[in-house]
Amino acid sequence: MLKFWKKKPAAAGDAAQPEPAADADAVAAPSAAPPRGWRERLAGNALARGLGVLFARHPRLDDALLDELETVLLTADVGVAATQALVEDLRTRMHRRAFADADALLAALREDMRAMLAPVARPLDVSAAKPFVLLMVGVNGVGKTTTIGKLARRYRDEGRDVLLAAGDTFRAAAVKQLEAWGERDGVPVIAQGQGADAASVIFDALQAARARGCDVLIADTAGRLHTQGGLMDELGKIKRVLGKLDAAAPHEVLMVIDGTTGQNAINQVRQFRDAVGVSGLVVTKLDGTAKGGVVFALAREFGLPIRYVGLGEGAEDLREFEPRAFVDGLLPETLGATA
Amino acid sequence: MFESLSQRLSDTVQRLRGRGRLTEANIRESLREVRIALLEADVALPVVQALIQRVQARAVGQEVLKSLTPGQALVKVVRDELTALMGTVNTELNLAQQPPAIVLVAGLQGAGKTTTVAKLARFLVERKKKKVMVVSCDVYRPAAIDQLQTLAAQVGVGFFPSSGAQDPVAIARAALDAARREVADVLIVDTAGRLHVDAEMMDEVKALHATLNPVETLFVVDAMTGQDAATTAKAFAEALPLTGVILTKTDGDARGGAALSVRYVTGRPIKFLGAGEKTDALEPFHPDRIAQRILGMGDVLSLVEEVERKVDQAKAARLAEKVVKGKRFDMNDMRDQLEQMVNMGGLGALMDKLPGVGSLPDSVKSKVNDREIKRMIALIQSMTKKERRHPDLLNGSRRARVARGAGQQPADVNRLLKQYQQMEKMMSKLASGGMKGLMRQMQGALKRGGMPPMR
Repeated sequence: MLKFWKKKPAAAGDAAQPEPAADADAVAAPSAAPPRGWRERLAGNALARGLGVLFARHPRLDDALLDELETVLLTADVGVAATQALVEDLRTRMHRRAFADADALLAALREDMRAMLAPVARPLDVSAAKPFVLLMVGVNGVGKTTTIGKLARRYRDEGRDVLLAAGDTFRAAAVKQLEAWGERDGVPVIAQGQGADAASVIFDALQAARARGCDVLIADTAGRLHTQGGLMDELGKIKRVLGKLDAAAPHEVLMVIDGTTGQNAINQVRQFRDAVGVSGLVVTKLDGTAKGGVVFALAREFGLPIRYVGLGEGAEDLREFEPRAFVDGLLPETLGATA
Repeated sequence: MFESLSQRLSDTVQRLRGRGRLTEANIRESLREVRIALLEADVALPVVQALIQRVQARAVGQEVLKSLTPGQALVKVVRDELTALMGTVNTELNLAQQPPAIVLVAGLQGAGKTTTVAKLARFLVERKKKKVMVVSCDVYRPAAIDQLQTLAAQVGVGFFPSSGAQDPVAIARAALDAARREVADVLIVDTAGRLHVDAEMMDEVKALHATLNPVETLFVVDAMTGQDAATTAKAFAEALPLTGVILTKTDGDARGGAALSVRYVTGRPIKFLGAGEKTDALEPFHPDRIAQRILGMGDVLSLVEEVERKVDQAKAARLAEKVVKGKRFDMNDMRDQLEQMVNMGGLGALMDKLPGVGSLPDSVKSKVNDREIKRMIALIQSMTKKERRHPDLLNGSRRARVARGAGQQPADVNRLLKQYQQMEKMMSKLASGGMKGLMRQMQGALKRGGMPPMR
């Protein structure tokens, strides 16, 4: 697998961890019981573990350290461009002797990564309009409907009146899935059944939301691959139709991205942004070993705010995005500790 | 899928091809580019390193440097290694078992398992003439069972009802009994999406496997997955004795690195590709052909097979006869051709598989769409029978009438006629020069910036 696991422990210096095999195991078999908090959850993921191993075994400052740092970032889906930018910057500074030791280098890396994410950490304020219309979009299977279920619970718990619109009229039983969430959350769902026109369902739902004086309307849409022009046009239509009732609607177009997605996420966001003007992102499925590193590439490329992250299946596992917690969770706090 | 990776690799490879001499330095430089191309395509890093190492070992050896055309030889090495990485031949489902043969499908959330089960069921019914039953053991996701029920009705296969209140293992056992009772040939078992780090859920799928003892255990993975594909696949392969992999959502623009990673990590063949929203969008996976496609050599074999399957043989034979006899290609033939194209999933699906298309700029590719074809068919349909047989009759006033009839402009009619003339020319070339001449002609036209019928 990774190069540095193959190196003999003797070659790695005194402070090296004695058991390379154990390190490899730790990476291959993550802990069975995931801890609770934001930071703890993310700390269990491969990027953090990878970096932990790296710094534990290579306390010396040299180009080899940077090369392996590059490897770790690449393996975390950070992407070639973003990785090279980060690593080259570190390299220049290292050659200017800006770092006293590996600890300082790690701190600088953490700072850089935080700085990349700081501009995109803008939470969503749904009290800006009434009803505040959220349009959920994304490719197939990223977790749109599940995210809607979690959002509905969140807003309801904040004491808002929430209404859901079953705009995924294509996939078999998608309407039923949303209705099940509505029931679970105690939130009404506007639906017309499978095969109906999505724009018309969502239009009806907005009328209903106004009539009932709801605070938030969350509209589901069918998953669609960003390469399918016809389906992307349909999203544009939904947006136009909403605009007829309320020129400001939708107030937020939330695009859901699967955290396990690789560099293709960039193409996805670009196409959806061009078709419906995405205004915020939700990154889901970060509770596995997925590293979510593509978030850095997205922040670099688009600067779209990341509103929420999905960290598990429960309704409470949707959190606001906090770069400090995210990066602190990704990088180990201290060096030399076991990964 | 695969196009952008193809493009990067074929650019690199193209530069090498013409070289008479290769030095170690320029081999290293090329391999560095190959490495970046693979990483950008989301091929897992360990896999990239393994591939590069193997290519490098062979490239600096006798095989390449001593070859008369070292560039060509290096291309061959890269292709061989890519092919070796993906396996060499298509591996079919093994259903040779006392029925019911059981197929278990597993994977992460949102990989596309349920849709794949429906596609697979349809594939087995239509192409393998099997009696298929499906069952869902997903008791967690709301409405997951309803989804499979709806899809089963759509593709016309038996559905074993289950409910969210049941235990998955109990469902599986009952479904197996039912499949035996109803003498189904194949029972396909859908499971809930699960994370490989969720020990409880992994135990559940292991229990399902132990209960069913399936002849095929398939891992479903999203083609857009990043580096994590390797980790996930490894965990699933350790928990379950996988027999194969199905790669989904390949109709997007993901570069398909996950295909390479999963294949390498699990050592199991990729058996199918899911390539569309409809239930017939499942293709058997041919690794050797995909490797060629990645290197920009086109997948003409799959294209030929698809054409054979979908083209109306009688019409095609009639046209072929006509062409060979040197008779004129008229508007009726052109309409038939256009309709066949639409039948085969449109130009986009065809172009994907043609050699050289990978290196076309996106702006050209996006211009090719099926709307245009449908408009052309409409124009031909608003001609009289006589006009269709003798397009030369179409003078100004006839053209204006045809345009009105199809709700289009006279300029559109002119464009159609121009395309017709080009096609007619190609057909006569075909009669004299055979298929090879035609392909060369088309490739030339593509490089100039558009499919001939689209200009």
